[in-house]
Amino acid sequence: MNDRHEIERVEPIENPGLPEHLPRPTDVDPKQERRAELQVSGMFGLAGLLALAFCVFYFMIDLDQTFLNWSALNVALGATLGFSLLLIGAGAIQWAKKLMGDQEIIEMRHPAASSTQDREETLEALNAGIDESGFARRPLIRNSLLGAMGLLGLPAVVLLRDLGPLPHSMYETVWKKGMRVVNDVSGTPIKPSDLEVGQLVNAEPGILFETDADGERVLHGTEALQAKAKAAVIVVRMRPDDITPAKGRENWGIDGIVCYSKICTHVGCPISLWEQQTHHLLCPCHQSTFDLGDAGKVIFGPANRPLPQLQLGLDGEGYLIAMDDFQEVVGPSFPELKRGPKS
Amino acid sequence: MVLLVGLLVAGGLYSAFAPQSATAVDEDSRKVEAGRQLFLIGCASCHGKNASGVLTKSGNIYGPSLIGVGAAAVDFQVGTGRMPLTNSGPQAPRKEPVYTAEETSQLAAYVASLGPGPSVPGDEILDYQSVDEEGVKRGGEFFRTNCTACHNSVGAGGALPNGRYAPKLTGVSAKHMYEAMLTGPQQMPVFSDAVITPEDKRAVIAYVKALEDEPSYGGFGGGGLGPVVDGLIAWVIGIGGLVGFAVWIGAHGARVKKQ
Repeated sequence: MNDRHEIERVEPIENPGLPEHLPRPTDVDPKQERRAELQVSGMFGLAGLLALAFCVFYFMIDLDQTFLNWSALNVALGATLGFSLLLIGAGAIQWAKKLMGDQEIIEMRHPAASSTQDREETLEALNAGIDESGFARRPLIRNSLLGAMGLLGLPAVVLLRDLGPLPHSMYETVWKKGMRVVNDVSGTPIKPSDLEVGQLVNAEPGILFETDADGERVLHGTEALQAKAKAAVIVVRMRPDDITPAKGRENWGIDGIVCYSKICTHVGCPISLWEQQTHHLLCPCHQSTFDLGDAGKVIFGPANRPLPQLQLGLDGEGYLIAMDDFQEVVGPSFPELKRGPKS
Repeated sequence: MVLLVGLLVAGGLYSAFAPQSATAVDEDSRKVEAGRQLFLIGCASCHGKNASGVLTKSGNIYGPSLIGVGAAAVDFQVGTGRMPLTNSGPQAPRKEPVYTAEETSQLAAYVASLGPGPSVPGDEILDYQSVDEEGVKRGGEFFRTNCTACHNSVGAGGALPNGRYAPKLTGVSAKHMYEAMLTGPQQMPVFSDAVITPEDKRAVIAYVKALEDEPSYGGFGGGGLGPVVDGLIAWVIGIGGLVGFAVWIGAHGARVKKQ
């Protein structure tokens, strides 16, 4: 150990110092210097003109005018303002590189900590504050303040609860026995004879289009949107031979017409990317793929449970109706799912 | 007297219509026959001599049966050049049509004669320019509900598994769009007239055509693929360009060599 201290400390490589200073062309040639000066002032001048052009275009160009099928106003304002800023920046850099002082300077490093005097003064002030406020001497006040601040965290936690529906609201949708399956947007009820093999219908529960005596929708606003977000379904028709129904669900479809939830079981995107020949339903968000010819089984992607199926029936007039709500939870899985009434 | 007038009217009507309909039937059967001849040369190798389809040895479909597909399906497949297929692949691409409009209608007449199926839509229901603004808005609702999943929100098309794709809708004629909805070519689902009515279909077409005419106010459309593509371009080209610019600025400028 002692030997170490005796070894003379030497730098591994000798400090080479600064390289020799070489002047720039503008330092030695007055012509070059003049040229650089004109370049810089030219850029600044053009930037000013573009700023003026911006104002002129702002008043001159109509909102509807197009240029190469783009908005002429956007193009003109963006180009003038953008190039004006760019030219000011480029001019400043050209100025600094060609004409401003060009001497290499060494600035030595200094310690990151403040000076001893500064630190002592700060500590003194802090201690004086603690002493004068009596923070240490009056534990009753101090503890009640700490308690109040701790409890102030609770309202935030309570409010966070409202960010999303509680899991138990996911166990039910508006579907119930006898509710018609209707076409989305138009709200028209559907008969099996309306559907051809290979057909896709983006459908909704009939209640979303039902009106009361005053002609107002039964469900509206947030309520209707929440109901729609959970109850949206797709109805497809395949050749009956192409369908392998889930056990005990052989009679859930009608002549090859089956109905599944439109909400992906991964994170809840609406899925209606339907390949009629492969019977695959794809989610556009993360490519989860469900085989509707095989009970909605997941055959690809991050979803981890099959799409919930809705049992179809016919009402007295021959229109498609639901026979019950979904037997499984629709939408994305969540931690409480396995412990809930439907799993 | 009434009887006499009745007889005269009936006779007149008969002489006015009977010969005409006879020639019409004649013309129809000639058209079907011409279509059959074209079919035997250009289509029968895959679809079979009777258009009932051809199976491979292992029982897969080599060429599907065309019985009952209707004139609309033929007009779409042949009219957009998808059929006849030049080579097998994941999907028949749109290309320059091989048959003339007349030959296409003869082929369609032949296939339509094999079994009942959707016919080629008439001019009136294809007149999307007659759709008012309200209708275009409704067409947009139908489009976003039923079409955007595959064809993208501005009809730019999109990818499907195994090399298949939903084609872009720009430049597709109203008739072909209508026929595609009606017949569901390849992987596309069928949207029958009973569910999406002819008026609704026309509104969808009006919406797609309105999208085509819409100027792109925000600059390049980027295929309408949304914020991911916009972000990629901003990061790679925008910020990458700025970094390149900074490197160029930081590089040492010219120095005068030792004098």
